[in-house]
This record gives sequence, structure tokens and C-alpha cells, in this order.
Amino acid sequence: MTTTMTPMERVLTTLSHKEPDRVPMFLLLTMHGAKELSLSIKDYFSKGENVAEGQIRLQKKYQSDCYYSFFYAPIEIEAFGGKVIYIEDGPPNAAEPFISDIEKILTVQPPKISDSKKLLEVLKATEILKQEAKSDIPIIGVVMSPFSLPVMQLGFEKYLHIMHFRRDLFDHLMRVNEEFCVEWANAQLEAGATAICYFDPVSSPTIIPREMYLETGFQIAKRTISRIKGPTATHFASGNCLPIADLIPQTGTAVIGVSKFEDIIKLKQEFKNKLTLLGNLNAIEMRRWTADYAKKMVIELIRNAAPGGGFILAENHGEIPFQVSDETLLAISDAVRTFGRYPINLE
Amino acid sequence: MENLKFFSEKLERAILTLDRVEAESIFKKASLHGTPIEIASELVTSTLSRIGEAWEEGKLALSQVYMSSIICEELVEKLLPPQSPVRKSQPKMAIGVFEDYHLLGKRIVYSTLRASGFELMDLGGGLTANQLVEIVKKEEIKILLLSSLMLPSALHIKKLKPMLKDSDVKIIVGGAPFRFDRELWIEVEADAFGNDSSEALAIVTNMLEEA
Repeated sequence: MTTTMTPMERVLTTLSHKEPDRVPMFLLLTMHGAKELSLSIKDYFSKGENVAEGQIRLQKKYQSDCYYSFFYAPIEIEAFGGKVIYIEDGPPNAAEPFISDIEKILTVQPPKISDSKKLLEVLKATEILKQEAKSDIPIIGVVMSPFSLPVMQLGFEKYLHIMHFRRDLFDHLMRVNEEFCVEWANAQLEAGATAICYFDPVSSPTIIPREMYLETGFQIAKRTISRIKGPTATHFASGNCLPIADLIPQTGTAVIGVSKFEDIIKLKQEFKNKLTLLGNLNAIEMRRWTADYAKKMVIELIRNAAPGGGFILAENHGEIPFQVSDETLLAISDAVRTFGRYPINLE
Repeated sequence: MENLKFFSEKLERAILTLDRVEAESIFKKASLHGTPIEIASELVTSTLSRIGEAWEEGKLALSQVYMSSIICEELVEKLLPPQSPVRKSQPKMAIGVFEDYHLLGKRIVYSTLRASGFELMDLGGGLTANQLVEIVKKEEIKILLLSSLMLPSALHIKKLKPMLKDSDVKIIVGGAPFRFDRELWIEVEADAFGNDSSEALAIVTNMLEEA
């Protein structure tokens, strides 16, 4: 009889490219915690205690193999003085970029974490989750990469302009963002996070060509990840990664979040014994799935990606939409626990 | 037209390497073989369509699509100023980002259409349903292109159709949620969905031909 592993043992085993007791599953739920606590999304994210309680309830309900201490993407923008817009049925969104004149980039300085009430709430949530998790459940913290944060700081068009034509401004912004990113990642690790998800969608070949990545996002990721005092998972938020598959492992990351738009079999071959794959159910389409269809998607994914370990089943975006039903999430969870037991035999 | 097609590959190379000087020189040479509107609607359209398709196939990056469309828009602007009578400005068209502020996709489609000889209103981002209804009615917009990056914004587009039931405006949607869920555009009751800038261009061209 196979011994049942703890989520931590399961994840660590797959990260070492061996087969655990079953396929680990990261249901990266954020806003669903508000539903569990019958709170609005805005009220839910106002306190670290709410998010910790939401994560604990969600983990018990769906038996995900992690806690996810991520609040929402523009929380770092709030720390820089930017504004966030709350809506009732989706993630808080960055308002208009707070840098309107690119020449002002030279005056931007990294904010102190201790000055940001919202970031302190994230740390509070992480500390509570750590008390609950002990060493049994990994806690995944999140940072926006220094290279991707400017999309919210100054807007995509202006960012592409300085990336191509104003390297003086680009370099300054990267220095500021790198300092902040490293400090923010390490603060989460000190609070109890097990690993940091390094969200870097701009580095995806969907957004910039390989040559530009080599000059920019690649160098920044190498410098930043080497200063983060814990393991990292790189996530392109559903962007492609195959054209830079040889480069990503060199950044020092351990996991790569992969897109539904790339062939999972090819991804598995490309990253075999190099990086663990995290993905790649279609998060956007999931809203319309029936329980039967969810089961079918999970089985197909396990068949193609799970053998040999080095695989964590998740969706491809890094956050499950608020509109995805409990029934679908339960169907995914059930299917992973039923069909994801190693050795995989789904023929 | 064959002569203009001859310039397309050269133009593609020039704009993908951000060589504005070479691109301008190609435009000048092409001017000897076609009118400004032919250059926009034949040479530029075919070049940008190919670039858009290459992005869809994963062969090019979005930043390259963006830079290409911006360069072409600037060059066509010199041949066809906004008020030029030969620009294709009827029926009236407008483009905007619904509810959120992720403007890049909208900008690419706007520039691609303008570089192809169309004229349209840029409504910006963060648009609400009420604002859009007011603009559509006041400006008598017949083709409304809407982009959304966030799933909730994309879902909220559905509110527009009943609010615009007295109008004959056609709504074309685009953006990441629609790319990841190919049935979403039908669910929100849009009239068409463009997967990328080249598809948006083809849809607009067809709609104008049918109008």
C-alpha cells in the first residue's frame, strides 16, 4: 500500500523529477475566498486575516497542495502610490498608470514595504497560513517581476517605447524595481512563504522576441532570482515559453507556468529534468465546463504530463476566475485524486 | 497591384527591424506604382496582415506587431492625412477598451486600421456601457471595436446589446479572454470576434463591403 504524502512531500518529490504518491494540484484560487467568507472582494482583501481564513477553507474544500497568499496583481502598484479599481466580480485592477510623463521615471524610488498597509496585510496572511501549514503545506507567495511591473506603472505603449528607445530610463526603472522585488520576495519568505511565484508575462515570446528577452528580461530574471532567498516558479500568465526554453532554466527558477496554447507533450520533453511544469488547464474557458468535461480535461493532462514527475497540475493563468463554479473545482479536484495516482495508468 | 506586392517583403523586413528610414524609402518607391490609398489598402494591409498572422502562429512577438503598426501608421499619415477624402471613413467606426485600462491591443488594431487607409475614432480606455451607448448614438457609430484584457470586462460587454437595441451598430470584440474562450464572443452577443489585428482588419473590410 502506498503511503499518502503530505502536500509538501508531494510537491518536493515532483520538483526533484520523481513520482510522488499522486499528481500534486495547485488550485490557484484568490477571490473564491471572499465567497467562502460571504464578503465582497474589496472587503475580503482589506485584511490579511480574511485571506488566510479564505485560503484555509479553500484548501480544506478542494484539497489543493498549496496555500496561495497572492491578493491581486496591482497590490505592488499601490505600494508605489498608484490606484486600484475594485469590481464586484473580478480581481482588483490597476487604474490609469501613475507615471504619465516618462521623464519622471528618474524620480521613482523603491517603496518601503513597511510603509504599505496592503503589503503588510499580505505578510500577516502569510504568517497566519504558516502557523496553520507548519511544514506540511507549501505557501506560494507572489511578486511581479521587475521587468513586467512597468506595464502597470506607465502603460504598455510607453513601456515598449523606453525599452526600445530610452534605455537610460529603462535601466533606472529596472534598478528600482529589482530592489523592490527582491525585498518584497524576501519579506514574504521571512513571513513563512515556501516559494515565490515570479510573474513575468512581458518576458514571454508572446510579448517580446527572444533577442529582446536575451538583452532584458533574461538578465533581469537572473539577477533578481539569484537574490531571492528561496525557490521560485516563473509564470508567464498564459504566455508562450517554448522559444526561450533553453534560457529559462538558466535564470535559476525551478518551475515554469505553461500556456494552454503550447503543446504539453513538447513542453514536457523540453523541460524534462530541468524544470517542473505548472499548468495548463484553460482558466478562461473553465467557467463553462461541466463536471464531466473538467474530468476529461484533467485525465488528458495527467496522461500527457504527469509520468515521471516534474509536473504540478494547475490552470494556465495563475489565478482561477471568480466565475468558475465550486462544482467544476470539485470535479477537477476529484479527478486529480482519482486518476492522478502514481504510477499513472490511463491507457 | 503586382508591383506593390513586390515591396511587401522588403517593407516587412524594414519595419520588423525598426528601420524607419528604409521603410520610408520603400514607401517613396512604391508611390511610383500606386496611389496613396492603394499603398495603404494593398501594400500596408498585406504586410501588416502577414505580421499579425505570424504573431498568432507564435512566430513573432506582440511588441513587433505593435512597432510595425505604429511605423506604418506614421508613414501612411504622411500620404493620407486624417481628413483626406480618400480615407475610408464611412460608415463611422470607433474603437475603445471596455472597462479596463489595458490599451495595447486596442492601439495595435487602431494603428493597423489607420495604416490600411481607414479613419476611426479612438475612444480610449476604461469605457463604461453608458458612455459607449451615448457615444454610439451621438456620433452615429456603425462599427464599434471593443477590446478587453480582463474576463469580467469581456463578460460585461453583454450589457451593451440590449442598451443598443435601437441602433444598427455592429460590435466587434477582441482581447485575451476571447482568444482563450472561442465561444465567449457569441455569449456576449457580439457580431464578430477578431483574434488578432489582421483578423480585425479583415472583418472591418468585409463589413464595409457589405454595408
